Amino acid sequence: MKVHEYQAKELLKKFGAAVPEGIVASTPAEAAAAFKALNEPLVVVKAQVHSGGRGKGVAVGPEADRAEALAVASGEKPRPEGWAKGVQLVRTAEEAQKAAASLLGKTLVTYQTGAVGSPIEKVLVTVGHNIVRELYLGLAIDRGEKAPVLMATTEGGVEIETIAAHHPEKIHRETIDVNAGLLDFQARKICKALGFEGETAKKGSVFLKNFVQMFLDTDSSLAEVNPLIVTEGGEVMALDLKLNFDDNALFRHKDIAAMLDPAEEDPNEMRAAKWGLSYVQLDGNIACLVNGAGLAMSTMDLIKYHGGDPANFLDVGGGANKEQVLEGFRILLSSPTVKAVLVNIFGGIMQCDIIAAAILAAYDEINFHVPLVVRLEGTNVEKGMKMIEESGRKIIVAKGLTDAAQKVVAAAKGETV
Amino acid sequence: MSILVDKHTRLICQGITGKAGHFHAEQCKAYGTKLVGGVTPGKGGTSTLDVPVFDTCDDAVKSTGANATMIFVPPPFAADSILEAADAGIPLIIAITEGIPVLDMARAVAYLKSHHPHVRLIGPNCPGVITPGQCKIGIMPGYIHTPGRVGVVSRSGTLTYEAVWQLTSLGIGQSTCVGIGGDPVNGTSFVDVLRMFQADPDTDAVMMMGEIGGNAEEQAAALKSSGEFTKPIAAFIAGQTAPPGKRMGHAGAIISGGSGKAEDKIAALEGAGIRVAKSPADMGITLQQALKGH
Repeated sequence: MKVHEYQAKELLKKFGAAVPEGIVASTPAEAAAAFKALNEPLVVVKAQVHSGGRGKGVAVGPEADRAEALAVASGEKPRPEGWAKGVQLVRTAEEAQKAAASLLGKTLVTYQTGAVGSPIEKVLVTVGHNIVRELYLGLAIDRGEKAPVLMATTEGGVEIETIAAHHPEKIHRETIDVNAGLLDFQARKICKALGFEGETAKKGSVFLKNFVQMFLDTDSSLAEVNPLIVTEGGEVMALDLKLNFDDNALFRHKDIAAMLDPAEEDPNEMRAAKWGLSYVQLDGNIACLVNGAGLAMSTMDLIKYHGGDPANFLDVGGGANKEQVLEGFRILLSSPTVKAVLVNIFGGIMQCDIIAAAILAAYDEINFHVPLVVRLEGTNVEKGMKMIEESGRKIIVAKGLTDAAQKVVAAAKGETV
Repeated sequence: MSILVDKHTRLICQGITGKAGHFHAEQCKAYGTKLVGGVTPGKGGTSTLDVPVFDTCDDAVKSTGANATMIFVPPPFAADSILEAADAGIPLIIAITEGIPVLDMARAVAYLKSHHPHVRLIGPNCPGVITPGQCKIGIMPGYIHTPGRVGVVSRSGTLTYEAVWQLTSLGIGQSTCVGIGGDPVNGTSFVDVLRMFQADPDTDAVMMMGEIGGNAEEQAAALKSSGEFTKPIAAFIAGQTAPPGKRMGHAGAIISGGSGKAEDKIAALEGAGIRVAKSPADMGITLQQALKGH
């Protein structure tokens, strides 16, 4: 699960690591009031969406050409008048109000959101500091180490992937003992690597230890401070913070689970999750419904291999009952681009005749307006296939993976199968 | 012969009185696995499936001599159950549970490494381990397997069944099939299982199913390149069409920061001389070719 910058910073602050003072606002008037409350000469108004690249991103209305907006956000075209930047410097309450008005209710398009963009419902009004240095901190689970690894580099404000690819030696890494947290000597090593000295090194160590503790105590899966700044006053703080949480641990973090912003989530993915289904939307026109994640990915690959374009990933789990199949079909058919549907089930413990009955029942409950190809394998497969063949419904039966893929690709092209 | 489990394996099930645990313990027993007991805290002294239920793993091991456990405990408590089993002296722990917090697993794996370095943990979030005709520990359908000399190792469930079914349909039997699971932090890697298959005189070749995320497949390729693994391997990598940054069902199946892509894994495997099936329909045939080509 992802959260907004302002939510992430509130959490980090609770754990005792420094962030610039800030107030979140939902209206231009609130933004003006926030400016006054901060009582600082330089303030930044930042659009709150789950995306990086907000500073270069543009806030556009419904009438705007999104492809052009993406080109602007990616630096391929100059920014036209009237398209506000996602992050703006302001010096008066009026400017803060104006900046908020240029963002709130608009859609922010960044190179990360793609042309579709993200709706801006809140802005963070936050103190601007005079920055002496910009650095990078990242913390994520390393599969090889089977532990979180803290990464630090002096190359702040740049994408860590780029540095990792070209200058891996510039990234300092410390493996975290999940029970001990960041040890004092590890914090000192990172401060040294970042060039912190004297008071800054002391403040840096405090920041690092609290940052790691927050990661461990909140079951984060990814935490990125980009950039970590050193101010003119010698403070070490997180200018921006990206936090992702382990969905499997949200049961013990109700406060974090409550931070979920439905506006940032794909409605179909959320709907699928409610039914115990795992769904990811893709660009193609052949939908698929499969049991098991590995087989579901393989089915997408299979469709592509035979010249088709998969419209989604949909894993109905090891079982697949009527309600799940029905909800799965509803989600798949809600997409206007879908031209055909493939059901691929390997019935192991779950028997094929029971799955066939679920498919038929679900088929009857909704208006199936595109061709449906069904491939079953496993326990009682003959019985299950016979039920579908003799059902009188317009369902195309396939024998084997290749046959299924060829039939659904042909059906999507409008050919008779 | 086989790896990990055989007809002498004595199994207990942690979470045997839960719905899934009970169902699958019954299925394992019906397959011929020596199920000797179960563990559910608070239900000690009762019995189910004609085996005794214990409050703790310690009691279960002392009474039954169990040497393997299958875990169906719900995610919030599963990591603790793994450690309880290790503490009771069970050398083989197979964790089926899906959805364990990743930091719980990081803690559990670190604890095992320092306190019980010889315990073998398979999973979590895996279908389990089966030595066809001898012992089934997990949720895989038993009948699709047939005894033979090809080892199978995979990160997923139903895709493995698909591959095993293709092998069985071609008349190619399996020595042992191991599901290592779909989580980012797990107990056993491809490399660990390949080393076991290398040492097993009754495994002639290996069928390996990987997927996007992490670099476990690249490490397997390196093991083959180094000459440490000498038997033929055929592989398939799921997720060639998966978009970056999206979790594809399994917690570990995600392309992040440009790493973990299917194309990189396929290139690494092919670079090590491993045959990679282009279509999931050809997994069995690719293994057959690898056997002939060796």
